[in-house]
Amino acid sequence: MTDYGDRYLVGSQREQVSRFRARVLLLVPLAAILFQVYVPRFFYFQSLGYLELPLLVTIYFALMRRSQIGGMFIGAFIGLAQDSLTIKQPLGMDGIVKTLVGYFAASVGLRIDVEHSVIRFLLTFFFYFFHQFLYWVLARGLLGRPVAFEVQLTLLLGLLNAVVGVTLFHFLDKLREPA
Amino acid sequence: METLLNRYRNITVLLLVIFAQLVLIAVQVRNDRDVRMVRVWSVTAIMPFARVLETVRGGTSGFFSNYILMHDAREDNRRLQSDLDRLKMENQFLKTEISTADRAKALMAFQQHTESKTIAARVIASGAGANSKVVYLDRGSGAGVEKGMAVVTPDGIVGKVIAAYPTASEVMLVTDPEFAAGVVSQKNRVVGTLKGQGQSTCRVDYVPSEEKIEVGEMFFTSGDDRIFPKGFPVGVVRVVRPSSPYQEVLVEPSGLERGLEAVLIVLEGVHQAIPEIAPANAPVYLGTAPPASPGEPLAQPAGPTGTDADKLLRKYRQIGAAENHKFGEGAPGSKPPDFNIKLPPPGAPALDPGSPAPRADNTKTAVPSVPPRTVAEPPAQPHNQ
Repeated sequence: MTDYGDRYLVGSQREQVSRFRARVLLLVPLAAILFQVYVPRFFYFQSLGYLELPLLVTIYFALMRRSQIGGMFIGAFIGLAQDSLTIKQPLGMDGIVKTLVGYFAASVGLRIDVEHSVIRFLLTFFFYFFHQFLYWVLARGLLGRPVAFEVQLTLLLGLLNAVVGVTLFHFLDKLREPA
Repeated sequence: METLLNRYRNITVLLLVIFAQLVLIAVQVRNDRDVRMVRVWSVTAIMPFARVLETVRGGTSGFFSNYILMHDAREDNRRLQSDLDRLKMENQFLKTEISTADRAKALMAFQQHTESKTIAARVIASGAGANSKVVYLDRGSGAGVEKGMAVVTPDGIVGKVIAAYPTASEVMLVTDPEFAAGVVSQKNRVVGTLKGQGQSTCRVDYVPSEEKIEVGEMFFTSGDDRIFPKGFPVGVVRVVRPSSPYQEVLVEPSGLERGLEAVLIVLEGVHQAIPEIAPANAPVYLGTAPPASPGEPLAQPAGPTGTDADKLLRKYRQIGAAENHKFGEGAPGSKPPDFNIKLPPPGAPALDPGSPAPRADNTKTAVPSVPPRTVAEPPAQPHNQ
């Protein structure tokens, strides 16, 4: 892409950048983390542990804010918080993975229209798979843990998270500040 | 250089952040220790929210749990109340059943005792009129019921059949204003006409003012109306007001005293005697005499008791036995037994039937050839109106 094309694209996309209040940027990830650590406690909500709500929130804010640095830091923040609440997991595992997810999601958000539900569904599905795969790579490469990577299950859960993600994004859209 | 940094700023920051986290991981893995500070920050930042959430959840859960418990308690209370009501109803039903069984037993005993041919029937409905005293029975013309037949209970008359349908019959109660029946008082045989008033009491008309009627006295059917056989109880006199030319006499029908459930329809009535003794003067039970104390002579058995007629009856029987005479078997004109012989006192050896009985005197007295007894009224068939 030429410099002119980049400038044109960035200029046109900048108008579509979604803005959120600071408390939304703080409370929504916090709620997602709380959901992740609190709800699966209960036996009848254990299946909800398959939902990666912090990842979905990371993807959403990265996509909508169209800021690579912003998405990166949101991912790092949420990832590190998740790590710190996970037993026997070194801090930084989820942090690195979500940092990369946030960066790439923001990069994608800069280039394509992410308002459409189908695009959101496909991106969520892709980033979920990417997240799980990257985590598996890091766990094996950095920690040497024999973690299994079940592709079919990951794809299935990717679909589930994508469906939930599209719905969640619809509600989070209402928290955007009007342009 | 500045342009280069600007151009690759994002990727540079990314690499720095990644690198920092890699270092963090490396430090933890190498020292095999957590970076406690970061975890403390995270836990301190997040756990209060989790605590609030848990408090809210616990409170909500407790509230709903208590609510459900209360709801269950309320439901249990309602169910127990329902059970209690049902058991009360069953208890009442069983009491009614026992009462009904008693009535049915009394009805059956009365039906077997009475000489009239009757058929038992149940009251299945009452008349729809506001002032009408009409009931429907479950026996109709198919069971031989005809219009004009009397309906009674062991306690007294109930009414008369005014219409007979194939499977049911309509009965006008004694309290109906159009009802009338011939009655006679028990003590002085005062004749009158019983009429319904549409109330719980009936009126006895045409009782002359000079006739003596007492409150509490029973009235019986006189048989004059050709509906009710003579001798069935009608009711008790409750009010007697002197008036001219007829007294005002109010009678409480005894047949309706205990409610109407089962009745008897008189298919073929037989007149019977009006009892001399009022039911209220029924024999009173007397217990046995107390045992004698030691040394005290045993009490002598009481002598024969009863009315003068009873004593006379016993005497005649003894005389008959002494003279070997059987009452009622002698041909007209044959020699009657000697009623003037002296009988041995009670406890003395019995007379030899073959030996001549001692005579008190030679006076001959006309005596009845049969012992006195209650004379039955001649049976009469009531005619339908």
